[in-house]
Amino acid sequence: MALARRVAADGRRQKFDPPAKLERWRTWVALSALLLLFGVLLGRGLYLRVYKETFLKEQGKARYARTLKLEANRGTITDRNGELLAISTPVQSVWASPRSIILLPPGKVRPNDWEPENEKDPTPISVAELGKLAKLLGVTPEELAKKLGESRKSAKGEEQKADFVWLKRHVTPAEAKAVKELNLPGVYTQPEYRRYYPAGEMMAHIVGFTDIDGKGQEGFELTREAMLAGKPGSRNVIRDRRGHIVEDTTTIIPPRDGEKVELSIDRRIQYIAYRELKSVVESTKAIGGGVVVLDARTGEVLALANAPSYNPNSRAVIDPARKRNRALTDVYEPGSTMKPFTIAAAMEAGKIRPSTVLPTGKSLSIGPNTIHDDHASGAMSVEQIIQKSSNIGSAKIALMLEREYHWAYLRNLGFGEPPRTGFPGEVAGRVRPWKNWVPIDQATMAYGHGISVSLMQMARAYQLFATDGEIRPVTFTRLVAPLPGKRVVKPETALAVRKMLEMVTQPGGTATRAQVVGYRVAGKTGTATKLENGVYVKKYVASFVGFAPVSDPRLIVAVMIDEPQGGYYGGLVAAPVFSNVVAGSLRMLGVSPDAPTGNTIGPAGHAEEDVKEET
Amino acid sequence: MIKHLWQRFIRNIDPWLLLFTALVVLYSVLVLYSASNRDMNRIVNKFVFFGVGLGGMWIIANIPQQMLMRLAPPAYILGVLLLLGVALFGEVTYGARRWLNIGVARIQPSEIMKVALPMMLAWYFQRNEASLRWKNYIVAAGIMLLPVAFILKQPDLGTSLLVAAAGFYVLYFAGLSWKLIGAMTIIGSGIVIAMLDWDTCNRVLHEYQCQRIATMLNPMEDPLGSGYHIIQGTIAIGSGGILGRGWLNGTQTHLDFIPERTTDFIFAVLGEEFGLFGNIILLILYLLVIGRGLMIAARASTLFGRLLAGSIALTFFTYAFVNMGMVSGILPVVGVPLPLFSYGGTAMVSLMAGFGILMSINKDRQLMKGG
Repeated sequence: MALARRVAADGRRQKFDPPAKLERWRTWVALSALLLLFGVLLGRGLYLRVYKETFLKEQGKARYARTLKLEANRGTITDRNGELLAISTPVQSVWASPRSIILLPPGKVRPNDWEPENEKDPTPISVAELGKLAKLLGVTPEELAKKLGESRKSAKGEEQKADFVWLKRHVTPAEAKAVKELNLPGVYTQPEYRRYYPAGEMMAHIVGFTDIDGKGQEGFELTREAMLAGKPGSRNVIRDRRGHIVEDTTTIIPPRDGEKVELSIDRRIQYIAYRELKSVVESTKAIGGGVVVLDARTGEVLALANAPSYNPNSRAVIDPARKRNRALTDVYEPGSTMKPFTIAAAMEAGKIRPSTVLPTGKSLSIGPNTIHDDHASGAMSVEQIIQKSSNIGSAKIALMLEREYHWAYLRNLGFGEPPRTGFPGEVAGRVRPWKNWVPIDQATMAYGHGISVSLMQMARAYQLFATDGEIRPVTFTRLVAPLPGKRVVKPETALAVRKMLEMVTQPGGTATRAQVVGYRVAGKTGTATKLENGVYVKKYVASFVGFAPVSDPRLIVAVMIDEPQGGYYGGLVAAPVFSNVVAGSLRMLGVSPDAPTGNTIGPAGHAEEDVKEET
Repeated sequence: MIKHLWQRFIRNIDPWLLLFTALVVLYSVLVLYSASNRDMNRIVNKFVFFGVGLGGMWIIANIPQQMLMRLAPPAYILGVLLLLGVALFGEVTYGARRWLNIGVARIQPSEIMKVALPMMLAWYFQRNEASLRWKNYIVAAGIMLLPVAFILKQPDLGTSLLVAAAGFYVLYFAGLSWKLIGAMTIIGSGIVIAMLDWDTCNRVLHEYQCQRIATMLNPMEDPLGSGYHIIQGTIAIGSGGILGRGWLNGTQTHLDFIPERTTDFIFAVLGEEFGLFGNIILLILYLLVIGRGLMIAARASTLFGRLLAGSIALTFFTYAFVNMGMVSGILPVVGVPLPLFSYGGTAMVSLMAGFGILMSINKDRQLMKGG
């Protein structure tokens, strides 16, 4: 039958059908079209493999190769004896990628075989999972949901869910482990370092602190950032699409840990200084205060404390006033602590000798201005001018000096320029240019008004008397050998003034409260009225700057109390701080006493009168 | 006796087509082993699918051509009715109405049409073999456009184009006028070019369809979203280079960067691990399969057989080309698996059924020779 059909078909084909030749031709056309299209595919394949191979291989690599940052351990900060002041401890932080998460409505759960359609497809998270995570992080599910819903504007201006959001920083290892075990997609933990300050608030102004990202924000954490931070290393890994690390490849750049910063500070002296300062600032209800302790032989800063202070370990918002490193960044009018410099200048210029007697009297008029003295007497020797802190005597001596000489001398002492201790925010203070000086300016500068200094500058300048007339640079870095100093006055001058300064702490001086059992001490009180908006008001800055032991000075201690309430004299509030700091520190350092015990006198009735001084 | 039974058993099987098919399947198993991360379950399943496909092929190969011919109109009518059913009662998934729940199972009638339409058209031309006129082509076009329109309406542009192609191949082999083919080519190219423009496209097609075209033109626009598949595919192919990274050594493959890497995107795995070289081998194997199909078509004893065989061969080519073009980034993403290569039972069995038809067509010719 089939054969019959075939024959019939053949018969008809001649009449109606296209010829068989054409049929075959159609097959060949189809075949060649097909070959052509396969050729196009091959061409495309060749194009991708040869012309674009490098680009595509790089793109491929960009997908699986990841460079992981290896955090460098931040360097420690230690005191001069290697005591730790700042250390880093590893902690974990929890973060999430809101864009890769979508919260399911209540009651729904993610199917077990859930697979993302593409990279952008967010993973659904059920309410139960959210609740578990919230509980671990110690937040309410609503707060967590809000964080996971955080969105920001993209470059195109579209509202987009965030790529990254911290859920909780610095959690304990146990918490981090629990979060990991939840195995929630889009929620990750990351190792971080948390900075810890064992010395707490007593060292806060020097050491400073880092922000939560480990970057220095204040103090030496900020100034030595480059040294402390080190250099993060890297590790090349191969990861799969889900971000799991499949394999470590060989190239590893080890992180370079931060270097240790060794400060010149002695933690023990710092402790005494801070304790004493804090107690006086609190008991006198002062608004603040500062102490600087220098090594008289090297210029190293052994302690620098400010009150009020703050706890650098707390991440709470810190009142900016507490963060101020007053001793370095605030200026004040020093008052009488300037007088020894005036005397030394005049002696150095050959204008006076320690025994020179000057008529003083109750007041001195210079132009329209009048200077007063509390301890009125007809005439005083230079020694007495220091011991009793006479304004009139100091003014008269200052007026003997050439203006330019006086100015250059003050600049030589380091006033009017930053002390360059390497600490951020140091102030220069102010010494007006000598060409503008009128006699009253020179006279008031003699007893520390019309000039502003920082406590650090003052401590630094007192090296003049604690050494034999030289001033060394002050530094917070521990020195192996002292840096060369600059001679400002002759040794005789320096020693002569040192002797006068010792008298200040002896009976009849303004600072008997500065005395230390077993050691000879020297120094000068200051009680300056504060200048507010160009007017001197009834607010005081009490200060005392001195050194000990007098026979071979080891420590220079400068104390400043800002606006003490009640008794406000330097000899009354600042001198005891000096005394306690010196006593504690010298004993700690094992310095042999240079005075017989029982060398001190108690604060007898007359001493109360003695401490009085105008500036 | 056993030899005789064996002879009877394989009598209707075309050894060449079977050989080429088996080679493609074995080649695919090699790639699948790597793509599935050495998942033996998948390998076993793949062989099971192939076995089932072989069974189906054997059965169909033993169906007489006349019976196939007689089945054509009912199959076509059933297909159209099911498509109508889909349009009226179909289940909506992802915004498209493609599935019909017939109680026991969910079926996608558009798949039936991929075979039913060319059969129907071949039947129609066979019936009117004696008096082929212009109007016959117009009726044929109607037969073709009815299901295509239904599928287009679902909407399922990809499948409707594939069904239309299968129908068109029948028309082509039936001697469709070259002028008409030329005109259709020009109009078709014009439409394709117009669709490349986003705004024009949106006036005619659905937004997601236009999105796929836009993605093909510039996958980097949205590299993690709509462009993801294409980018990952081209990266894998490009990374393979000429010789490939070697079996089981593809980084994109094994690090899970190639989406659907055992199914629609298995070509990318092949490209990465075996390079251009591996691609050429696959293309040659495909050419052998298609060439054998076209040979069967050319030698077919009836017009029905010639047209149907030609259509089946070219449809096979179309699937291969569309899939490879999609993975290489020269065609928009459509869900067409790589024939015989991708993991999946349905596609394998239906392709083998098609080969069964080819063998059934071939068998009649042999009988004729013997007779």
